[in-house]
Amino acid sequence: MGFLDNLNDIAAKFNNAKEKAIDAANAPKALATGFAITFKHYAEQQTKIKPTDTVQYPEEMREQFPRTRWRHVLTRYDNDLEKCIGCSLCAGACPARCIYVEAAENTDEERFSPGERYAAKYEINMLRCIFCGYCQDACPTGAIVLRKDFELSDYNRDDFLYTKQMLLEPAALSATIPISTISVIDRSAE
Amino acid sequence: MARSVTEISLHDSATPTPTFGPGGSPFVLAQMDELVNWARRNSLWPLTFGLACCAIEMMAAGGSRFDIARFGSEVFRASPRQADLMIVAGRVSTKMAPVLRQIYDQMPNPKWVIAMGACASSGGVYNNYAIVQGVDQIVPVDVYVPGCPPSPDALIYGILKLQDKIRNGNSGATIEFKELRNIFTRSTSHPTPGAK
Repeated sequence: MGFLDNLNDIAAKFNNAKEKAIDAANAPKALATGFAITFKHYAEQQTKIKPTDTVQYPEEMREQFPRTRWRHVLTRYDNDLEKCIGCSLCAGACPARCIYVEAAENTDEERFSPGERYAAKYEINMLRCIFCGYCQDACPTGAIVLRKDFELSDYNRDDFLYTKQMLLEPAALSATIPISTISVIDRSAE
Repeated sequence: MARSVTEISLHDSATPTPTFGPGGSPFVLAQMDELVNWARRNSLWPLTFGLACCAIEMMAAGGSRFDIARFGSEVFRASPRQADLMIVAGRVSTKMAPVLRQIYDQMPNPKWVIAMGACASSGGVYNNYAIVQGVDQIVPVDVYVPGCPPSPDALIYGILKLQDKIRNGNSGATIEFKELRNIFTRSTSHPTPGAK
């Protein structure tokens, strides 16, 4: 019986080795099949036959929707006067209470907006803001608009208090209005 | 319970990371520092911490269109032990605050926090007793992402800002040291519009 057992063992070992050899022979084929699929998709992407859905964000921007609301801008008229008249309707409409406006009187020497008053201070806490656009709706002169610049992240909480200087559109006709009169927020006086 | 949590507020993200040498690190480890920071910033595994609608945008950022896998951040971990980055996506109620702090404590160093959206960053429209007015009262926040909710690309921009921070940071400075430092230098100011 011992001899027969040995024979069986030898046969089993032989079969085992045979299977391994077959597996080894098939391995490159299986590998090639797998990589062929990978390469096919890669080629399709590179040749734009079937491009990926992925937007390569920092390199390329996706197209924002037409009514996307992000960063606020205080706009100007064509003659560079500010549209904002300091009425605080935006602050009243804001559900997050993140806008603060302080108005001051225009004089003939220092004129910022066409009306009687202008916004001496205009501050928005961008962290509180929920970008609902109610300020834009409430504004009687269309001064504050929400543009599409969404890259607002920062490290420091204090940096999110946007002042009027940061929000105001740069003047197109800097020759007619001196730059010195645009930056009116004097914090040293407080 | 909420009272005990608000007392843990140690962090003021205005405080700069402590530096030792001219390059911001011990000079012997200067090259090692770069290598370690490179590895860390390109494998930021976020912790699944979606609390509200911001989480939907966070999931979209993980999807194929925005794909934060391009920055090594696609592996959302359900266990804090395997996570590097906590994206607090949504409003944190005072009842949730101790849980958030505990999960933060369970994360191994080094660890980072992104406050995603208006509610997590500042409380947003929920200016009431039930909502923590900014998670920086509980955990040290590295990057704030404003928006309600921030779009996936805005979140990706926040992650890129965090990668910049890690690149310029000192890999040797541990979070404990930073917190210890902030106990002495913290400011309690939370800017409100019109405040001096």
